[in-house]
Amino acid sequence: MRATVLVRPKQGILDPQGEAVETSLRQLGFAIGGARVGRVVDLELEGDDPAAVRAELERMCEQLLANPLIESYEIELPTP
Amino acid sequence: MRDSAPRIGVVTFPGSNDDRDATWALRALGADPVPVWHADPALPDLAAVVLPGGFSYGDYLRCGAIARFSPAMEAVRAFAAEGGLVLGICNGFQILCEAGLLPGVLRPNVSLSFVCHDVRLTVERSDTPFTARCGTGQQLTIPVKHGEGCWFAPDELLDELTARRQIVLRYAEPCNGSVGDVAGVVNEDGNVMGLMPHPEHAVDPLLGSADGALVLASLVDTARDRVLASAAA
Repeated sequence: MRATVLVRPKQGILDPQGEAVETSLRQLGFAIGGARVGRVVDLELEGDDPAAVRAELERMCEQLLANPLIESYEIELPTP
Repeated sequence: MRDSAPRIGVVTFPGSNDDRDATWALRALGADPVPVWHADPALPDLAAVVLPGGFSYGDYLRCGAIARFSPAMEAVRAFAAEGGLVLGICNGFQILCEAGLLPGVLRPNVSLSFVCHDVRLTVERSDTPFTARCGTGQQLTIPVKHGEGCWFAPDELLDELTARRQIVLRYAEPCNGSVGDVAGVVNEDGNVMGLMPHPEHAVDPLLGSADGALVLASLVDTARDRVLASAAA
């Protein structure tokens, strides 16, 4: 099964990378209200049970993919 | 006096680049530095461990996030749990935070620029194994060189750390956006410390400052005292 994990800077956490992107987009003439920069992790997993796969992904996020002090994560599984 | 030189391990990860400087500085300050390879699952007999600066595992994912899973780090974790002295410098600090051995996390500098210059630091407490040769309130001049040294902890955690006096060093002027200008922290038990500045680059006046020697020599002193105490026991 394929899965995608989105890791984002938590709300309220200063994101200097996002601010730099925001400034650059404004300089290009785009009217934007804000930008935050995170990370995408595409994974190929064994197993077909979405609940089991999701539980495993949660453990991956807690142990490695995200740092809970500063990042939130979102798991995306293919819609059945 | 080589006999009284405490054995201090210096761990080399793939991408470490200050391991040899740390080794040189520790030897100059009277220690017997012992190289430790990241893949070693066990530590030799050591009085202390230094995790040096660098870019372990290419800083992939987050600084220090991968290094903490190396076999040597499992051994360092066990060493620290038994009260062993561990000092993490720059990338070593990042690894200790990611490993949960120190509180907080190091993030990209607010400026997004790599900083590389001498900074002035204020010693918040001198009753640690890493700052015993300093005076409380003393100012040290030690260089920083990092792109991700912005230490962060949520407000409630920072309050707890402040109450428990775990903040050991602060930048005397803003450096990288760290909350509270924190430059170095110690764990609750006081045997694990991390700092972003590089004391190993400031151990001789020829290098512009010898203030880093106060930090490293404090570690060497404590390590030596512990060896002598256990030999006498």
